Amino acid sequence: MRALLHVIVRDLRLALRRPADIVSTLFFFVIVASLFPLGVGPDPALLRQLAPGVLWVGALLATMLSLPRLFADDFRDGTLEQMALSPNPLGLAVLGKVVAHWLYSGLPLAVLAPVLGLQFDLSTGALGVLTFSILLGTPALSGIGAIGAGLTLGLRGGGVLLSLLVLPLYIPVLIFGAGAVDAVAGGLEPQTHLALLTALSVGGVAFAPWIAALALKLALE
Amino acid sequence: MLEADNLECTRGEQRLFQGLEFRLGAGELLFLKGENGAGKTSLLRMICGLLPPGAGEIRWQGENIHHLAGDYRAAFCYLGHANAIKEELTPLENLRCAAALAGTSLPESLAFDALAQVGLADRADLACRYLSQGQKRRVALARLVCDNRALWVLDEPFVALDARAVAWLRDLIGAHVAAGGLTVMTTHQPVDMPSVQTRELRLAA
Repeated sequence: MRALLHVIVRDLRLALRRPADIVSTLFFFVIVASLFPLGVGPDPALLRQLAPGVLWVGALLATMLSLPRLFADDFRDGTLEQMALSPNPLGLAVLGKVVAHWLYSGLPLAVLAPVLGLQFDLSTGALGVLTFSILLGTPALSGIGAIGAGLTLGLRGGGVLLSLLVLPLYIPVLIFGAGAVDAVAGGLEPQTHLALLTALSVGGVAFAPWIAALALKLALE
Repeated sequence: MLEADNLECTRGEQRLFQGLEFRLGAGELLFLKGENGAGKTSLLRMICGLLPPGAGEIRWQGENIHHLAGDYRAAFCYLGHANAIKEELTPLENLRCAAALAGTSLPESLAFDALAQVGLADRADLACRYLSQGQKRRVALARLVCDNRALWVLDEPFVALDARAVAWLRDLIGAHVAAGGLTVMTTHQPVDMPSVQTRELRLAA
């Protein structure tokens, strides 16, 4: 438990020492979400209909953007080797990195989402569910992303391959995330969608780090 | 006691060595010698369990290291080509992070003493990205000062060090071995360790 906490604190500290990475991810999200209202014109009904999908796709892509660096720096400077040689299982360290990744990428995206949602004329209820769904869904993105980042570690042009590997796996999260917001906008209860999102996140965070650890061990050989 | 039997290493299509064996008891130092590409680093990574041997096995206290897993990893300290230090963190934070990763905790005062020993007392709070190559290496080596694990596996530890640091490190390794520790290391520099039991293993390219 202490080892896990240590990795989380270490990764957060590193992320805060180079804030440009976090800021560029967030800016990307802001730009993508703002391009759509500018592109499709100021029709409130159309924007309201587009909003859940556009904001969720923006969140997926923004998460993708920060994934290649999840292990790359540790791999290059030899820290990943030391993690693999720690008496604690490597999966535990990866779990710590996944949690930290969510804290510096998923959490800020969720905070930003309602502000961007205003551009799409979403109702207060829909904005709340949007924030909540991104909050619940992004842990799955970090977990699944860790597998992709582990598999493509050390490959040339790994970034593109990473998106090809990971984006299809993000589809369920996108469907249930955007579905939850759609449901509220259509006057339905979002509980089912949110419950499924939570299940994906619990599964993603609980199992993905151990699979990613296997991929990392191969990359270290 | 570290033993290897009938080890074989293949990288890509190239077989680097086969039928390699050695025994290393407490209070002994093993020098790995060989030309570039002879497989010294690969052998060290095998000893750490990072690279599975193509054939043969490595035993620690009589048991295969792959069965011991975490128990074995708690018994040795590996220092590779890469320094495993973070440019964004200070030497002090780096040392304490490395200790936490190894499953121990290092009080700040001890970490500071270790840095003072490697001559970085006045740089303890400076981010590592401002340090020179040799100073970064010394931050990595400072880990050894507060390390009390039995086996040290060192890959070219003398690289980038000045004469004084080389002498310091030689004494540190000497003291570790004299106190009953084991060390496996590679080096291209001629370093003599008169006071300790030294073995040599030559890998033919």
